[in-house]
Amino acid sequence: MKKITSLLTGVAFAGIAFANAAYATTLEEVQSRGELRCGVDGGVAGFSAPNDAGKMVGIDASVCDAVAAAVFGDASKVTYIPLTAAERFTALTAGEIDMVSRNTTHTLTRDATLGVNFTYYNFIDGQGFMVAKDAGLSSVKDLDGASICVQTGTTTELNMADYFRNGGMDFTPVGYSTSVQTREGLEGGACDALTSDASQLAAIRSETADPNAWTMLPEIISKEPLGPVVRQGDDQWMDIVAWTLYALINAEELGITSANVDAMKADSPNPSVGRIVGSEGETGANLGLSQDWAYNAIKQVGNYGEIYERTVEPLGIPRAGSVNDLWTRGGILYAPPVR
Amino acid sequence: MKSTTIPLHRNPKLRSFVVQASLLLLVAYALFSVYQTTVSNLEERGIKTSTSFFDEVAPFKVGYSPFLEFKLGETTYIEVFFIGVLNTLLVAVLGILAATVLGFFIGIMRTSQNWLASKCALFYVETFRNMPLLLQIMFWNFAIFLAFLPPPKQSIEMGVFFLNSRGLHTPVPFIENHLLSTIWFGVIFASFVGTFVFAKWSKKRFESTGKSLPVFLISLSSIITVSYITFVILGSPLGIDIPVLGKFNFKGGGQLPLPLFSLWFALTIYTSAFIAENVRAGISSISKGQVEAARSIGLTRTQMVKMIILPQALRVVIPPTISQYLNLTKNSSLAIAVGFEEVVAVWANISLNQTGQALIIIAMTIVFYECCSLFTSFILNIYNKRVQITER
Repeated sequence: MKKITSLLTGVAFAGIAFANAAYATTLEEVQSRGELRCGVDGGVAGFSAPNDAGKMVGIDASVCDAVAAAVFGDASKVTYIPLTAAERFTALTAGEIDMVSRNTTHTLTRDATLGVNFTYYNFIDGQGFMVAKDAGLSSVKDLDGASICVQTGTTTELNMADYFRNGGMDFTPVGYSTSVQTREGLEGGACDALTSDASQLAAIRSETADPNAWTMLPEIISKEPLGPVVRQGDDQWMDIVAWTLYALINAEELGITSANVDAMKADSPNPSVGRIVGSEGETGANLGLSQDWAYNAIKQVGNYGEIYERTVEPLGIPRAGSVNDLWTRGGILYAPPVR
Repeated sequence: MKSTTIPLHRNPKLRSFVVQASLLLLVAYALFSVYQTTVSNLEERGIKTSTSFFDEVAPFKVGYSPFLEFKLGETTYIEVFFIGVLNTLLVAVLGILAATVLGFFIGIMRTSQNWLASKCALFYVETFRNMPLLLQIMFWNFAIFLAFLPPPKQSIEMGVFFLNSRGLHTPVPFIENHLLSTIWFGVIFASFVGTFVFAKWSKKRFESTGKSLPVFLISLSSIITVSYITFVILGSPLGIDIPVLGKFNFKGGGQLPLPLFSLWFALTIYTSAFIAENVRAGISSISKGQVEAARSIGLTRTQMVKMIILPQALRVVIPPTISQYLNLTKNSSLAIAVGFEEVVAVWANISLNQTGQALIIIAMTIVFYECCSLFTSFILNIYNKRVQITER
């Protein structure tokens, strides 16, 4: 009898290995679960960090909120999953989360080999260096031989290696797994400089004991287009995330804000506005969403400009005329038309 | 005469063979299909699995690799793996040595007759054994060492040793004259052989005449004297590289970086608390009669510890201590919290993230730890067999 039992176990085991679960689309999964599972950093002010009330806020968290608003009509139906840089893609491809909105740089290797797709950019950044003000350093060229704190598993450590190799300079990396630890390392004197995306440096500086003791070196050594990432192989879901972001940018361009979106919906003569707020065309149905998907996102989260002003501006990163401004105002933010 | 042959289907040997063979086949088939499903699922999700990245140049830098030189732009991923492995082994060996010494010391203190000493040891054990290790590693690194050690320019000087927030900087000997150095190393080796012969002779003498000599002291002092005298006669064949303060930190010499130091310190403190308890158990397990018997035949205290207590206590101490050694090795993977570049940090974290080859990288890491543990327990089991009671 014992032998027969173990034999049956073996057969069952083989059976499990062979059973192929029928795949549901990401949208169906999210809808049946009733909430969006969104991977964030959770520790970078302005991007995604808990506020005083314990709610995750920031420009990355807002993208999650906007997608939830587009899918459910309710921006609060989000569970934020804090992830380290090294965990984020694995968590996404394994299906633990529906999307990553975690200051993630779009690169060829990631796009082509990790089984993920990049949508669009919610923040365009570049890598900089932060040093102590009294260290007497005025350029990255002065950092030859320095120890540099860096978050591991990021493009940041690759850019740094490239830059120093290219300039024939030496350095010692001090790698930590979270951005909070890199700050503790810099403040404790484990390194002479901290490198990260310029926006993150601003966020990190705002969290130091004495923000005035630190300064950023002038060089920006890389291109860091950051944006939400989805699993490869579900084009509908990719469209939903990308077009939610596009809608927020288009809304700003057309002057639709969370405050005036109701009025715009009621009596805007502009058909472009109408297609976004849902009074014209079939934009929602084409994505598999309700007619007021973009309306909900704008109403509940705000347009791109409002989000930026609420989250990134307080870090001391002005927007006017920067790359993150709209193309109509000298920036490079350019969203395809909703039609 | 009736035939006694059992029909095939009732032959117990054959039946059990058939059942076991088919079970084995099924298990093998199940494993194979798990492997196939994984591979095809990965392919379906657009994740490419191959070992071709081994020979690609690592696009990041590993800061600490004392055994293999890291050259940015030349070192490949597979070399990064070996650097990580060596760093793990380094911290494991350092940790095991220190934790053993400290653990024995605390354990003996714990069994002491002195109330204060015994209670101090108890306090030590209960404090460090009951706190999560990750917390301790981060506590020592961020709250103690980084907070209290000065920056490089105000380093604490201890002769030619310098301690600062980057770690401990030490002088390192280097070979100035190859021929003379070889002669010197030869002389040292010869003196080791000499003391070994001396120890054998003295043991024989002790067994036949009962006269004993302080073998360890004589050996140690003669090795030191001989090597010092030949060093002077040969005119210092080794030079010493003393670290010098550069623009950012000390250059030259050797370095024990702070992350390694913090990790080593935390692992040592944590594991020694467990080893101390093993030692206490070993000593308590010896019956009082043994001690009394040793005293009654007139052994000195040192002789009693060396010949009666220790050999018996070790039988109890070694087996649980082996698992502490294995734990220490595996616990070193928590290094990522303080930025020490061991195998999990540089391989299962950085390399995995840059290449996306999760399956291969994690499998290699698992196999490495597996081999490490099996090897350690293999070596210690041999030693354990030697100290167990020889039964006839």
